[in-house]
Formats: sequence, C-alpha cells, structure tokens
Amino acid sequence: MLGYVLRRLLAAIPVLAIVAVLVFLMLRLTPGDPAAVIAGDNASSEQIAQVRHQLGLDQPLPAQFAIWIGNLARGDLGESFFFKKSIGELILGRIEPTLSLAAATMLIAICVAIPLGVVAAYRHGSWLDRIVMGVSVLGFSVPVFVIGYLMIYVFSITLGWFPVQGYQPLSGGFGGYLHRLVLPSLTLSVVYIALIARMTRASVLEVLTEDYIRTARAKGQVERKILFRHALKNAAVPIVTIVGIGIALLIGGVVVTESVFAIPGLGRLTVDAVLARDYPTIQALILLFSGVYVLINLLIDLTYGLFDPRIRQ
Amino acid sequence: MALRRSVLGLVAATAALLAPGTAPAQTLKAVMHSDVKIVDPIWTTAYIVRNHGYMIYDTLFALDADGQVKPQMVDAYTVSPDSLTYTFTLRDGLKWHDGKPVTAEDCVASIKRWSARDSLGQKLMTFVDGMKADDAKTFTVTLKSPTGLLLFGLAKPSSNVPFMMPKRVAETDPNQQISDFTGSGPFMMKTDEWKPGDKIVYTKFKDYKPRAEPASGLAGGKVAKLDRVEWLAVSDQQQAVNALLAGEIDLIEQPAYDLIPLLKGDSNIKLVDYNPLGLQYAMRPNHLIKPFDNPKVRQALTYALNQTDFLQAAVGEPDYYKTCKALFVCGSPMATDKGMDGLLESNFAKSKQLLKEAGYDGTPIVLLHSTDLQTLTNLGPVAKQLLEKGGFKVDMQSSDWQTVVSRRVRKDPVDKGGWNLMNTSWVSADILNPVMSSFMNMSCDKAPFGWPCDAEMEKLRDDFAREVDPVKQKAIAEAVQLRWREVVPYVPLGQYYIPIAARKNVSGILTAPAPVFWNVEKK
Repeated sequence: MLGYVLRRLLAAIPVLAIVAVLVFLMLRLTPGDPAAVIAGDNASSEQIAQVRHQLGLDQPLPAQFAIWIGNLARGDLGESFFFKKSIGELILGRIEPTLSLAAATMLIAICVAIPLGVVAAYRHGSWLDRIVMGVSVLGFSVPVFVIGYLMIYVFSITLGWFPVQGYQPLSGGFGGYLHRLVLPSLTLSVVYIALIARMTRASVLEVLTEDYIRTARAKGQVERKILFRHALKNAAVPIVTIVGIGIALLIGGVVVTESVFAIPGLGRLTVDAVLARDYPTIQALILLFSGVYVLINLLIDLTYGLFDPRIRQ
Repeated sequence: MALRRSVLGLVAATAALLAPGTAPAQTLKAVMHSDVKIVDPIWTTAYIVRNHGYMIYDTLFALDADGQVKPQMVDAYTVSPDSLTYTFTLRDGLKWHDGKPVTAEDCVASIKRWSARDSLGQKLMTFVDGMKADDAKTFTVTLKSPTGLLLFGLAKPSSNVPFMMPKRVAETDPNQQISDFTGSGPFMMKTDEWKPGDKIVYTKFKDYKPRAEPASGLAGGKVAKLDRVEWLAVSDQQQAVNALLAGEIDLIEQPAYDLIPLLKGDSNIKLVDYNPLGLQYAMRPNHLIKPFDNPKVRQALTYALNQTDFLQAAVGEPDYYKTCKALFVCGSPMATDKGMDGLLESNFAKSKQLLKEAGYDGTPIVLLHSTDLQTLTNLGPVAKQLLEKGGFKVDMQSSDWQTVVSRRVRKDPVDKGGWNLMNTSWVSADILNPVMSSFMNMSCDKAPFGWPCDAEMEKLRDDFAREVDPVKQKAIAEAVQLRWREVVPYVPLGQYYIPIAARKNVSGILTAPAPVFWNVEKK
C-alpha cells in the first residue's frame, strides 16, 4: 500500500511540472502588463519600464522561468508583485477561510444529499423522488451567485439571522466563526447537494435491482438494513468519486462565493491576483490547486479499497 | 447576604459603565472604492493609496474648501522680496507616530522623494535651486526664478500628494516602495491588522496636534473623533450596499449609480456630495499613429462628440453629472469656456468635413473599451456610435481594464497591438491647471500615453508655472484652452460626481477633493 501511495505521489511530479510550464506560458501570453498596472495611471513609459525591470519582467522568458523554477525547487514561492509579501505567507493567511468554507460545504452536502438520494431511490417513481430530482436539477442549474443573493435577501436582510458578508477567524470565537460561515456554506452546498443526491439515487437504484438485495429481502432482512448496509455500501464507489470530484470543483466554487460574501480566502486571492496580473501569485495558486487535485484523486482511489475488497486486493 | 452582594455588584458594574472615560470606542467601518494593496502614496498614483495617505500622513500645506492654499504642518512662512527664497517654520508639537518630533530635515527629505515621482513635483524642481534645513523647525527653499508652483505644489490635493514622512523613510529610493509606515497624521495604521484583500485598520493618533482653525476642505484642524476606522475589502457592490442597509458597515465611498435608488429608499441612509469638483471623463487619442497624428482628425473628434450622451449612459442620474467644457473643470479658479463655442455638440457635418479635409481614408480606428469598470463600461459604445455618425469607422475592442492599461502604453501600430482611442476618468483635483493636468502635457515622448507633441503648448505651460499672479495665471489658462482647440491633446467628456453613502448616525463628512475621516463622528 505504501509503495502504491509513493508511486502515485511520484507520478504527480510530471503532472505538476507540465502545469508549471503551461501556467507560466499562458500568463505571459495573456494580454496585460503588471508593470503598467502597478505604475499607475499617470506613469510615464520610463517609469513603467523601471517597474518592469524591478520585477524582472524585462528578462527573456527562459531566464524568468529558470529563476521561478529554481526558487520553487528551494521551496520559495516568491514574492507577490502587488502585496509585496511572500506568497507562502499570503497563502497561509488565506487558507483557513477557504478550508473552513470547503469543509462546511461538503459536510452539509454529504449530510443532506446522501439520505435524500437513498430515499429517492427507495421511493423510485414516487412524488418524493420527483421532488428530489426536480429540486436537484434546479440546484445545479442556478448560478452560485444567484443562490447567494437569494439567501442573503431572505436570511440576512429580511430575517436578519445571519450577517450579510465577512468572515471571522476561528481564533475570534467559535460562535462568531460559525455564524458567519453558515450562509456561504449553504449557498455553495446547493450545487453539491444536487449533484451528490442524483448520483446517490442512480447508484442505489442500480444496486437495489441486484440479486443479493432480492436474496436479503427473501431472508427477511429489515428494509433499513438492506438499504444502508447492503445497498448504500455497494453503491458507495461512484458516490465517493462524485464527492471527491466535488471537493476538487469546490476550488472554482469558492472563487464566486468568497467574492459574494467578502471572505478573504484563496478564491478571492486568485481573483485579485488575476485582475492585477500578479504572475508569481497566480502561478503559485494554480500549482497549489493542481497539487490539491492530484491529492484528492489519490485519496479517492485509496477510499475505493475501503468499500470494495476486490480493489483492495 | 448573597442578595446584597449581587445588588452591590450590579450597582458597581452599572457605575463602571456610566463612569466618564469609559464610553465605548467609536469604530467606523467603511467600504472604499478599492482594497489597499500598495501603501506608498509617493510610489503610486492610485487614488485608494492617496486616501490611505490622508489617514496617516500630514502635509505642509493644504487646499481649503474654497481651493485656497493654507498652511497645515507649517506654522508660518516668509518670502524674500525677490520671491526667490521661501522660509518655512513648522508648528510646535508635531510628532511622528513613534513619538519622535517632526523635524525640518524630515520635510526636506520628503519633498525630495515626492518631487522625484510626481509630475508637478518634477516641474517644480526645475525652478528649485536648493533646499536645506536651517534648524529643527525651519527650512528654506531657494528658487532659480519665481514660480507660483511652490506653495500650490506643496498643497497638491491629489495623486501624488506631498505627504511628509520621517527622514529615514523618505530616504527610500523613490523607485522602491517604503516598508515603514510611520506618519504624523491624525490616524495610525495598525500594521498587525492589515490584511490585503480583507481589511486595513487605523486607530486615532492621540498625540496628534490639530490646528486651531475649524476643518475646511483638506486644511484646518484635523480632529480625529473616531477611535478606530476599518476599511473593508468588499468587491461586490451589491453586497456592500446590503451590508450598509443591514448596519454591518457605516459608509460606502463610491456606491454604484444603479444601486443609489435602493439607498435613497432607506430612511437610515444618507447620501453626501462631498466632492463638489467631482471627476471628469476624458477621451485620449494616440497622437503617434494615423489618423490622429493629424490635428484635423483630432479636431473632428471635438465636433462629432457631445458630453450629454456619455454622461447619460455612464451616470444616468442627472443629479450626479454636469456637462462642462472647461478643461480645468467647472467650479475651479481656472475654469473657462473660452474657445469652446460650437464644440462638443455633435456637429456631424462639420466632423465629416474635417475628416475629408484631412484625407481620412476610412481605415477603422481601434477604440479600447474597458468592460469591467462600471464607471467606464458604457463610454465605449456611445463613443463608437457618435464617431461613426461623425464619419469615422470604429473598431471597438473590448477587454478588462488591466488589459487596456497595459495596451495603452504600447506605441506600436494597431495591427501589432497598438491603439487609436481610449476613454478614462480622473478626479477633478488632478487637473486644476495646465501644469497639473497630465493630458495637457504635450512634451512628445515624455508625455503620458497618447504622446502628444506641441512646443507652443509646452511654452504656455512653462509660462503658467513661472507666473505667480493668479489673474495672469487665468489668462494663460485661457490661452492654453485656445491652443487646445487647435491641437486637441484629449477631449473632456463631462463632469460627474459620486456621493458617499453613509448611515444617518455618521456625521461630519468634510467637503474635500478626497474622502477624509478626520472630523467624522459616529453617534
């Protein structure tokens, strides 16, 4: 098992290397000049050239790439053009809100979606099934920001239950932390509830037609046990896959949610960095996100073994 | 016994709450037009950094509400009979945030750093023979020839503002950003709480010694009445408005025009028109390449366009815009209509006639159109429509603002990434006279993007810089405007205003060219 994990981790290195090259080249090919942005509106061509020189952007592309990769190999992500802070420090400062948002979102999504999907499958064709499926179509059709604004209108402005925007770190008290996290997590979880509920329903429905389910019923097993012990466990592999993909997709989701709710996480850092053409920060973030993707894929593969002994062997 | 102890405890707690000096700290939460990422107001011209500068730094002079230059950190100054030697004495009791006294040496170093970056400062330095600290509180500036720019320059209200910094900070290379944020202004920056992308926090500087006069514009007594000011980074305008309506924040510096009706409908919100000079929209042609290298084609712009169409599309609400042909903005001392008859009235026939005389061959002109800045987005389509009616062929190329920013500095032909026309805006406080207004700079390669070139205009600007008599300065400003009509370095597209939106319990917002937080109270 350890060997397998190590092999998978080693296999991630070429993936990350390709990502690094692509990100570097794509950013340089994208229109925009960080030096012009930083120098400001009234800057002369000379001042812009001076800034470009300070940032090292007047060097040939291979030289710029070599410096970046060299620093990266030493564990140095570089310094942000704009924030004038080390990127490692910037990312560390932003990771808590994003992790909190992602964790709360997936927790809500899993706790709501899996029971809904199982019940919909069990009551296949009933009004309950139709409602769950109808709402889930709506869930992944409506953009995140629309859901966000609706939630804010209802729960913040009309009912006054939750704050409109902002984030409170965990160190500032658990009550305030949770209070500010509920609305953005609910907003972001809607699409995942829809996605996971549909996948759970489809997988469980397929398993419920299997011979061993019929056998279990013939043996007089209670329905609850059949559903959760036999059906759900055997339907788990595709559900775990979709949950894993969901976690990976969250990276895209948090960008919008963090912007709508003014949460200072990695999503907003990415938006700010892209708008300002802050090359080193964008490069570091994309690499980080790619690493997270690779890691999540590995974890999904390892999780399969927990549910299916054949894969473990 | 237990009951008596409880009662006594309650009484003691109540007394403690009511005791003088234990009033809750006044914290004001504001959403400004942008997040503060760079914190060196000399290094960048970004308006948010200028606003940050007004929080933590002070100036030697400042413009009052009537636009008059008034001493601020300076207590008194004398001018020699030949107008070549200015001696400045600092006020007593001025301190940096680290407790050390403000000295004349600090001020000389600060002026040097500012003048190395700022265009008006650079012009001013062409007149300066030397600057030296005479003692801890006095310094002298010696000029090569008289100029009206010295005092006005030291009171420059907008980017770059000549903020005073300690000598050790002001000696930072002007091309490098500072990393020590010690000022002497009414508020101090809480560096430990500054999180770019989240918030920047200021606290009251208790040792700040305000002038005795009442606050007026950027001058007078800067009395900090708030204990703490937080600028929160909320990029979503709708969310900022929601937060203001819910009472989570106290103030929005620049609410979006389309959300103003929502704010007007709430009895807890007020809109404050704090900046009477407002901002100006401008269209800049690229003078380096065809067809705008020809003055006749540039003159055609002034006939094809009109300000009302731009203002209606970009602002919409008539309360917040004004057509104004004066280059140095309506309401300022240099405002004049001279030479503007018949211009900016969409006289398409005249525009077509000028294009014909210029031999314009119908090659499409590339108009850079920014799509992500709400204040600029609608200018592009209006420009395209009016210019096409005026005989131009227009290729409007849309992109985000940062792409426009990086593209507008390219001198290449349009087929290699260059450009012909672009729209922008600036605060009126940046363009109050021919020397300040950077689009009036026609010094060819040294001019900002667009690179206009005209020796006669440059001579007029030099004459303005040399003149010390305000009446004669006005006459030169009129001559500049007349020359503008011939050479058209840019086209003004109208004046507009953005009110501050605040909760009703916020008071004392000053009328000034920049939003400032001294004198502001929250009750």
